[in-house]
Amino acid sequence: MTAPAVPATTEATGDPPPARRRLTPRKLLNTILWYLAAIILALFIAVPIYLIFVSATTPADATYDYPKSVIPVGIATDNMEKFVTASGVVDAFWRSIVAGIITVVLALGIGAPAGYALARYVFRGRDGYRLVVLSTRAFPIVILSIPLAVMYRNIGIYDTVWGVALMHTALALPFAVLITSSVFVSIPRELEEAAQTLGCSPARAFLRVSLPLALPGLTAAAIFTWVLSWNDVFAAAVLTLRNPTLPARILTSLTQASLPWQFAAAFVMLVPSLIVIFVIRRYLLGLWGRVVK
Amino acid sequence: MTADTIVLSGKRKRNWAPYILLLPSLVFLFFFFATPMFSSFVLAFQTPDGAWSLDSIGTMVGDPNFTRAVTTTLTLVLIVIPFQLALALAMALVVNKRLKGTSLWLYVYALPLAISELAAGIVWVSIFTQKGWLNSILETLGILERGVIWQSAESYWTLIGIIVVAEMWRATSIMMIILVAGLQSIPDEYIEAAEVYGATLWQRVRRVILPMLRPSLQVALILRIILAIQVFATAIALAGTGLTVMSQQTLEWANDIDDDHVAAAWAGLMLILSIFATIGVLWLLPVKDEQQV
Amino acid sequence: MSEIRLERIHKIFKETRAVDDVSLTIKQGEFMVLLGPSGCGKTTLLRSIAGLEDIDAGSVIIGDRDVTEMPPRNRKIAMVFQSYAVFPHMSVYENIAFGLRMQKLDKSVIDTRVRSSAELLHIENLLDRYPSQVSGGQRQRIAVARAVAMESEVLLMDEPLSNLDALLRLEMRAELKRLLSEIGSTTVYVTHDQVEAMSMGDRIAVMRAGKILQLGEPLDIYQTPVDRFVGGFIGNPPMNFVAVTVDRRADGLVAAVSGAGSVAVDPAAHERLQPYVGKSVTLGIRAENIEVRRDGGTGDTLQARVLVVEPLGSHDLLTCQLGPEQIKVSTRPDMAVRSGEDVALALEPDRTIWLDPESERTIGM
Repeated sequence: MTAPAVPATTEATGDPPPARRRLTPRKLLNTILWYLAAIILALFIAVPIYLIFVSATTPADATYDYPKSVIPVGIATDNMEKFVTASGVVDAFWRSIVAGIITVVLALGIGAPAGYALARYVFRGRDGYRLVVLSTRAFPIVILSIPLAVMYRNIGIYDTVWGVALMHTALALPFAVLITSSVFVSIPRELEEAAQTLGCSPARAFLRVSLPLALPGLTAAAIFTWVLSWNDVFAAAVLTLRNPTLPARILTSLTQASLPWQFAAAFVMLVPSLIVIFVIRRYLLGLWGRVVK
Repeated sequence: MTADTIVLSGKRKRNWAPYILLLPSLVFLFFFFATPMFSSFVLAFQTPDGAWSLDSIGTMVGDPNFTRAVTTTLTLVLIVIPFQLALALAMALVVNKRLKGTSLWLYVYALPLAISELAAGIVWVSIFTQKGWLNSILETLGILERGVIWQSAESYWTLIGIIVVAEMWRATSIMMIILVAGLQSIPDEYIEAAEVYGATLWQRVRRVILPMLRPSLQVALILRIILAIQVFATAIALAGTGLTVMSQQTLEWANDIDDDHVAAAWAGLMLILSIFATIGVLWLLPVKDEQQV
Repeated sequence: MSEIRLERIHKIFKETRAVDDVSLTIKQGEFMVLLGPSGCGKTTLLRSIAGLEDIDAGSVIIGDRDVTEMPPRNRKIAMVFQSYAVFPHMSVYENIAFGLRMQKLDKSVIDTRVRSSAELLHIENLLDRYPSQVSGGQRQRIAVARAVAMESEVLLMDEPLSNLDALLRLEMRAELKRLLSEIGSTTVYVTHDQVEAMSMGDRIAVMRAGKILQLGEPLDIYQTPVDRFVGGFIGNPPMNFVAVTVDRRADGLVAAVSGAGSVAVDPAAHERLQPYVGKSVTLGIRAENIEVRRDGGTGDTLQARVLVVEPLGSHDLLTCQLGPEQIKVSTRPDMAVRSGEDVALALEPDRTIWLDPESERTIGM
């Protein structure tokens, strides 16, 4: 809590100065320390991102300069070009985009109705269902990917975008259910009931009243799901071979690739996610706070 | 006719709507969680020819990489978790203090959530590589004469160290958000009361905040430990062949060596460790109902 | 405007009977108040009329149609919710127009009705705003305007005033009463506030634990409650209840309070109390029907000691020790009664009721 602003010097009107909370040295020190902590922590997070940005955009001739200069020598797309033109990268990029979109559509299409049911109805098995959904969140991706790869091979969707997207949907589904559930809970049931007394069927009441109000939260859930899919490395690595998504493609080259290539790769992976999290930052806390229990 | 008879012969209809809404998600979860779980179990206990035996498990255990992978993974988990907990708590306390610009701090601290483990690994490669940022800064500031080879395959503990730092950077946000939500549910008055009765910050944290945060701590720890056991891309990016972790072994056996059974055995081992860890946390940090707000 | 008939309604939640075999007929154009403490089933009953609760047994008949199986939208009702339920994403105009749009009425008809409802509720200048931009009291008016615009046969209101602050509540009470009598629709109004019930209702149904205890006009319920609960629930302060013994004297029956004397029993009540001669009954009387006599009176009084005097401006509220019990008495402020004084209390005979001490029901009702 910061101290209130110290008022300007009182005019010579003869009135006594207004009472103010005493800004003791101790309180000032306290506040400064908190700000210091906040800044240091923020720097810890932000600086590496800045550094990879610099690394990725270093011009080719400056790549092997050492010691590196924290202030960029110049900004160039040399590394990016090398990355993007490597075989299969552009295809992998599009596969990631498509897989993300499929994942969002499926996860929300399946998860939102379930979230609505959890929010609006009290029914037998409600707590059990919620428990099942919560526990799937704690499942190691590792243990699911291996047998799924076997299953995929058997039914022929191994090494396809759809295969990866289905796996991602499974990973995202618990989040989709719980987030949409909390979004619908925040919309009072009385609004739907009022709409019903005014002439709406239950479905119409949902479409006219609840859905518009839920849209911001649902959008945030969709974006969160997309990021989940975009970032997945392990499942994509297990489930693809010749048609990898972007992270899988990068992983296969990782040990042989040059550093500049790697830096550009990281940058391309980072930027969409960062932009997206910026867009939904307001919903972050609300989502997680309610999703947790 | 008594009231009871009226009811029994009356129209107590069960609403099927919620069950219909839930059905798709249950079907999906069945195929993508329950079935793989089961077949993973089956896979682990079979050999490539399909016979039931413990051979696959034996192969896993007998492999020279077994001990190294398991100990490395567990070492990483045991070191990372306490540090991450402290870091997450610090961030959560800063956010909860509601300093000026809280939404900025929250956004920055939450950034890593959007970053895939592969991108994060590469980010820290750019820092720790021999001609990377850390050495550059250390030499420029004159702290070192020559850069340290952080990624040396010779020095096991240095490798562990840099992976720990990278993981702390990458994965603390999840814990932080859970803790922030937990902190916000603690009424300010409890902490203020402690302050009035003379508790220092450390004492307030230890004796008031941490105990009341127990449920959140539980969730945060369980989630994080399970994810930590699956540490993957960060280790590969930073340590290459210098050391190995369990998920890496899983992938190798599945894709390179093409033995899904041993891979399933590895996955199963990770699941068992996750379960033990969950039980461990629940046992060490029990949440007594009567102590709740 | 229609009559509403509720026949043997049952609603059970898990193990509790929220509405327990309730039958009620609400006359055409009547303002019926469902009054009771929380949990008594009044809201459940209201929602059953609306169709928002599925009932387990019984019928709901509006006008000449049995609507028991019909969803809310077909019942031709309008409802005002306790939380107002004003749609945040629509303007005030759109909120009021919502039900009319659902009926697919002509645009000009909708516009006329919206504006006239808004005028009735004095919010015609807010039509372009959004609910988040207006005050709670104004949101309540929007909710009422929205219901009024429907021009439906039946108007249901679930504690519409309870979220308003005291002053606003007072204003709205009078305004609503005037408005609703102008419109003349059959209204069912739920409240836990007995002042609201008394001031607004044509008839009141006092409910408790899922049953209707007493149905009648406000004054009847006020003066002759059917049991101790109703007598204590209605009126502020609650009715006084004192244990007395019925004795026979030469000239009739008397009620004796131990340690405080006795008073004559109104001859009209003699027949009812015959079975109780020599036994104990409960006497019920309201604070304003007890007169304080300083001069010792005509002898037909009870002796009490004043414990507390609360000067309320329009009257003084006394807490008096009457024998083993404490009662409330209200007096004119100019009597200047003081704490510690011994006073004589005279009870208005035709305002006294008698209750069976075991069943706590009024004898003869």
